[in-house]
Amino acid sequence: MEIAFYLSAVVAVLATLGVVTGRHPVHALLYLIVSLIAVAMVFFALGAPFAGALEIIVYAGAIMVLFVFVVMMLNLGESTAQQERTWLRLRTWLGPAVLSGVLLLVLLATLIGADVDGRIHGDTLTAKAVGSLLFGPYLIVVELAAMLLLAALVVASHLGRGETQEEARAVRQVPSKRTADGRGRAASERSLGHDTSSEESSR
Amino acid sequence: MSWWTPQVEAIAFALFQSLVILLAAVGAGALLTMVERRLLGLWQDRHGPNRVGPFGVLQILADMLKILFKEDWIPPFADRTFFVLAPAIAMASLLLSFMIIPITPSWGVADLHIGLLFFFAMAGINVYAVLFGGWSSGNKYALLGAMRASAQTLSYEVFMGLSLMGVVAMAGSFNMREIVAAQETVWFIVPQFFGFCTFLVAGIAVTHRHPFDQPEAEQELADGYHVEYSGMKWGMFFIGEYVGIVLVSALLVTLFLGGWHGPWLPPIVWFLLKTTVFVGLFVLLRAALPRPRYDAVMSFGWKICLPLTLINLLVTGALILVFSPAGG
Repeated sequence: MEIAFYLSAVVAVLATLGVVTGRHPVHALLYLIVSLIAVAMVFFALGAPFAGALEIIVYAGAIMVLFVFVVMMLNLGESTAQQERTWLRLRTWLGPAVLSGVLLLVLLATLIGADVDGRIHGDTLTAKAVGSLLFGPYLIVVELAAMLLLAALVVASHLGRGETQEEARAVRQVPSKRTADGRGRAASERSLGHDTSSEESSR
Repeated sequence: MSWWTPQVEAIAFALFQSLVILLAAVGAGALLTMVERRLLGLWQDRHGPNRVGPFGVLQILADMLKILFKEDWIPPFADRTFFVLAPAIAMASLLLSFMIIPITPSWGVADLHIGLLFFFAMAGINVYAVLFGGWSSGNKYALLGAMRASAQTLSYEVFMGLSLMGVVAMAGSFNMREIVAAQETVWFIVPQFFGFCTFLVAGIAVTHRHPFDQPEAEQELADGYHVEYSGMKWGMFFIGEYVGIVLVSALLVTLFLGGWHGPWLPPIVWFLLKTTVFVGLFVLLRAALPRPRYDAVMSFGWKICLPLTLINLLVTGALILVFSPAGG
């Protein structure tokens, strides 16, 4: 189990380096998928197959699909690589890099100093055990997370909702008044951008 | 023969089992390419391929020869790595999922206690086959197909997971063998009828079959995401689709129709019989249904199937709590 753990950990680190250094956006995303699967393998090796499976289902299977979808649509080419090169000047990344290096050293020191022997036992934690923990001692965390997600859902549905009939009418009326006194050209142009209002005005 | 210990024998038997199941899955997929066309012919009042061999059974051989010896061409504008990777993902992720299916009491590859989740993970990874295939082809039709596939995936994956949670709650386990064992008296299709309906819809969507084949839609996208593929790479997408049909049918049987349970006949016969019925249903759906627009598919997923699965899960949970012997 320890061999599996270290192998997948090495894969995860290398793949993540590939994400950071990769020039091609879609290739970088493939590295990110590999990295997430490697992290899932780390969970398996640690004896938490439920967390590992969820890692693949949620991150590699659903969230990354959205990422790949968006990047595929953007069709990023050589120009973006050029742009990135101009952004990544030495002055820009040196400070954060040094600070993260210090943090890495602290982390390594802690890990080396800590008593880590025998932490990988090979016991597996079943899904049932995870569930009883989540809905037992950690119930409040689950409920808070659920509320946060609900709030995000409400916001997303508010932003993504289409224009109602009344709003379309309101938008149509305001610019028509303004164009009467010859000031609201920008507003009327904006209203033409909406499908419903332009449809109605053409009638 | 001192090395032939019971342990070695167990390993050899497990290897033999996995090989047989793997070959049977691929073989069934290949056989289906011909069976489907014959059945479609039957249901649509035409002949189908009936020239090669008796009843056209040698058509598979002819098709295989054609696929294997066709020029395996990678377009110069394609992204090579992804172009080669996509069909491998398509085939491998679905074949790996056969691992969790218990075929008879003694046959089956792996007895994972997260069994069902393994299938979800593989179904999630399977999406990349279409996405990468469509993107790397460097073709607008292929990209449109991949776009539809990802939009569709996000709609069905959510309720696919939820549709099976009722079964998991009733069986008390993700393990496929325990789910089958829990159906000794009543098959889950009776108490979990809505779960069955929604998972059937999601299962068809996983395989990108009619009426969820918008990603490949021959009429408007000229085969969508695999339009640039030829030879065996295209063949892997093709066989992968049929392997998916067999997989989803086997899952439906295991989860809702009691797996190998059944009177008189031996377990393997029951399992194969039930699976065949579902495979036939898949073909019949293709023969009978037109293809809806993909935004209609998405709103069907979000507005009908998702609420249905949530209500189903809620009612199932409430009933389990009411009737549990511990009294809640």
